[in-house]
Amino acid sequence: MTPREPMAMPSGLALCKHCGLLSKLTSPEETSYCPRCSHKLSFRRHEAIQRTWALIIAAAICYIPANILPVMTSVTLVGAEEDTIIDGVILLYLTGSWHLALIVLIASVMIPMAKLFALAYLLITVQRRSIKSNRERVQLYRLVEFIGRWSMLDVFVISFVVALVQIKPLMAAEPRAGIVFFAAVVVLTIFAAQSFDPRLIWDSADSMENRND
Amino acid sequence: MPENTVACPDCDLLQHIPLLPARGKALCCRCGKVLATNKPGANERTLALAIGAAIVFVIANTFPLMGLAAAGREVDTTIIGGAWTMWQDGHEFTAALVGLCAVVAPAGYIGIVIVVLIAARRHRSTPSWVGNLLHWAELAREWAMAEVMMLGILVALIKIADLATVIIGEGMFATAALIALLTAMAINFDPDEIWKQVQWTGGGARLLASSPQIIDCREAEE
Repeated sequence: MTPREPMAMPSGLALCKHCGLLSKLTSPEETSYCPRCSHKLSFRRHEAIQRTWALIIAAAICYIPANILPVMTSVTLVGAEEDTIIDGVILLYLTGSWHLALIVLIASVMIPMAKLFALAYLLITVQRRSIKSNRERVQLYRLVEFIGRWSMLDVFVISFVVALVQIKPLMAAEPRAGIVFFAAVVVLTIFAAQSFDPRLIWDSADSMENRND
Repeated sequence: MPENTVACPDCDLLQHIPLLPARGKALCCRCGKVLATNKPGANERTLALAIGAAIVFVIANTFPLMGLAAAGREVDTTIIGGAWTMWQDGHEFTAALVGLCAVVAPAGYIGIVIVVLIAARRHRSTPSWVGNLLHWAELAREWAMAEVMMLGILVALIKIADLATVIIGEGMFATAALIALLTAMAINFDPDEIWKQVQWTGGGARLLASSPQIIDCREAEE
């Protein structure tokens, strides 16, 4: 009974995530190692669904203080001012560069949120064994992997502003707690995207086909 | 198992890779993932680009990136200066992340790629430690964010342009060149070509003697 679209796992074949070699596992019970690079072989990424959920939830929790707490304080002769991420965007908009304000808004606020929703959607559809729009879901996953790094933007902005604005006592800038939570969101969402396994999207279609045979 | 059989890493579909023409690539017929490419001379080009990137990297990290002048005083910063101030202000985690993405990962990527390519040129049968390094190269590439950093620098400049006079340093031009070289390296580098000549360590799994029913993947011109 071979499905019309032959997949590696039902044939007992596993792709080494390390070197990309395809080999047959000796037995399903024992752990097998890649004959080329000796890395542990598995059909799917280890506990992909649980890990991705855990990382998404952790990132969603950090997302709240990342947006509420100030990320930077700037002290000038006029006085001290605490800025959150959104304050930074508004400031950029008011000083006239609305393009940059839009880029920062997308990178810092919308991309992390979109990543969380996209990964949650992928996890829910995989857990409900959906067989609809598989190709689109894989493309969504690739998009999440590709754009994730751009949410690091504000972390770089704050670190260079803080490094430069050091003309004391005239002006000084200091990082605040919000940036730590923001950096945590970036790292957690990158890990979450890495721990998800896009092959799970296709597994339900495959088991469905076998059931009908 | 026939060497030209692969499973798509994104959808697990078993497929045959045909003999590819020069600059051709094979796409997964179900999900469109690039499964194999044939880029003649790609790794020679990568080595040249990597050596260039190493030189530019040193310049980008030693010369000042940008400076700020106000009331007759001037401060400037290098790339690592951003992470260093963060560290001193007690934000070690953020500082480490900035240092990793801006300096450590790009340096690691360039260094590892140079070592791997030179080792692969010297030994026809490449020792297995080269394979381990390839894994680290992939990790370093994922965390190297020079292009994100560059945009971050531009936004930072606009933000402080109101406060004081901004001076663009030599490091900025070197960083721009570094981004171009890193991107060109990532496009050209072909780790599969090196894996083909790495010595096998002989782990537990068996190679498949007879292949199951396998379909042909899609071929596309690059």
